[in-house]
Amino acid sequence: MMLEIESLWLNFGGITALSDINFSIEEGKISSIIGPNGAGKTCLFNCITGIYKTRMGSIRFLGRELVGLKPYQISKLKIARTFQNVELFNKLTVLDNLLLGRHNSIKSSFLMSGIFWGKACSEETENRRRVEEVIDFLEMEKWSKHIVGNLPYGIQKRTELGRALSMNPKLLLIDEVSSGMNAEETEDMSRFILDIKEEMGITIILVEHDMRVIMDISDWIMVLDFGKKIADGPPEEVKKDPMVIRSYLGG
Amino acid sequence: MATCGQFKTTYREDIKVWKTLWLKSWFAFLFMLMILFPILNPADCYLLYITNICGIAVIGSIGLNMLSGVTGQISIGHAAFLAIGAYTSAILTATLKFPFPIALIISGFVAALLGLVVGLPSMRIKGLYLLLSTMAFYFITLYVLVHWKSLTGGVEGIEVQTKIGSFELDTDLKFYFLIMPIVVLLTAFARNFLHTKPGRACIAIRDRDIAAETIGVNLFKYKTIAFGISSFYAGIAGSLFGHYIGWITPEHFPFSLSIEYLAMIIVGGLGSVLGSIFGAIFIIAVPEGIRLISHFLSNIYPDVIMKFIDLKGVIFGLIIISFLVFEPEGLAGRWEKIKIYFKNWPYAY
Repeated sequence: MMLEIESLWLNFGGITALSDINFSIEEGKISSIIGPNGAGKTCLFNCITGIYKTRMGSIRFLGRELVGLKPYQISKLKIARTFQNVELFNKLTVLDNLLLGRHNSIKSSFLMSGIFWGKACSEETENRRRVEEVIDFLEMEKWSKHIVGNLPYGIQKRTELGRALSMNPKLLLIDEVSSGMNAEETEDMSRFILDIKEEMGITIILVEHDMRVIMDISDWIMVLDFGKKIADGPPEEVKKDPMVIRSYLGG
Repeated sequence: MATCGQFKTTYREDIKVWKTLWLKSWFAFLFMLMILFPILNPADCYLLYITNICGIAVIGSIGLNMLSGVTGQISIGHAAFLAIGAYTSAILTATLKFPFPIALIISGFVAALLGLVVGLPSMRIKGLYLLLSTMAFYFITLYVLVHWKSLTGGVEGIEVQTKIGSFELDTDLKFYFLIMPIVVLLTAFARNFLHTKPGRACIAIRDRDIAAETIGVNLFKYKTIAFGISSFYAGIAGSLFGHYIGWITPEHFPFSLSIEYLAMIIVGGLGSVLGSIFGAIFIIAVPEGIRLISHFLSNIYPDVIMKFIDLKGVIFGLIIISFLVFEPEGLAGRWEKIKIYFKNWPYAY
């Protein structure tokens, strides 16, 4: 098991956002988390990446405990994520955004970078090579030198995926990949996600509202409602679960 | 037009500063101009004085831009770091008889060290709250400078000597050739810093700090680095300023100096090295320009020169407001637009 979550609780004051969540993610699979608005899907992502601090429960990634680590320490274990509302560095180019994804792989100190001598210089070009691979993979050569804030929403979403990919992650958390996109863009994204799994062998956890996307590409689904897990299993099983139909899918 | 026929085969070529022969020759020309400038007008000491002051302001404003423009941590305590640099250097050379170059470097590091201390709360507080804490730091510094009479000479100030062995830096010309190489070096450092890992990390903190942290940027580390570098630049600028004018008092570092530096980076362009240079020259040159014009007009309207003091503030304020309204990207943004216009000329796009 790649990621194991055991009896995870998250409270904000009197409100319980997540109560007693248990599940585990298999390596090399696409797992999806679905549920109505406010069910705690994004909260779960924030717990895994260390943005929210949990008091109870444990999150283990490849045997290492994540609870108590800071977000930047968790990123060093090669967990990458995208955000529900695009969180890009708007004033930078697509290229620079992706290069920021290489932050952990560049080792030279700020003094050497300022002098731009020796390793600092060669590291920049080496990491540029990896970033260009990601740009090729996501088919965005055309936009690589554009300021990201001026680009259309669909491209911004793709840039965010690219930034996560340039971290060379082992586990990729994708939050609401299809929100605000048209059918064609959503289809492109689903294809990219499948390619990421198959070509790069990256384990993916998906939060998504579009049921068509979910049922098509997931290997495993977990359903949350009001911070509680109400079902999990392969897509066919979850689709037929009476609890899921009542709280989320509807009659 | 200039982009035609430019093919790059390696990534190294793509990140070079001097990409084309055209740019190289421009820089060579600029470099020659910098060397020849004081030699071409040996009589005009006043122009040289203004140039030197501009050079010092460029160092200071690049420093502030690294912190406020690039990393997004707004500081109005910049004058304090300038003062710390100036006083450290003065005390080291006068009391402890340090040679000037060593005192210059040490004053940069002393300012940087205090910058780190001021930067510590930036992990917990942001925006206006941080701004207030930097302001508090300024007033504490000023209080110490005024009241620690045995060390700083209080309100009367302190004399600053500039000697390297028996060689004394006493003319504007000598100072020009001291200040300009430092300006060039520190500009190059800032430019490289900005276009590599640490610079990108600082910009990431400014734009989205949560996203920055999830891709591995240690917020505390990079905010601290930004504070350190910013105050190092201010320390160097302050030290040069002190040595240049020869006698410093707390009045040389008023609170309005911090605001003036903030104005430089806003007018020049936040987050841009070129912008800091433009802004510093602009803010130093405009009052001189106004002075020249009113001097010229005083032959025709003698009253005008009397009102100059009031007028200066008004025009200064108007310029800053119009920049905020019409060109939020500052002079550097305008410069980019002009360059793009000529690149595409005679086509509109």
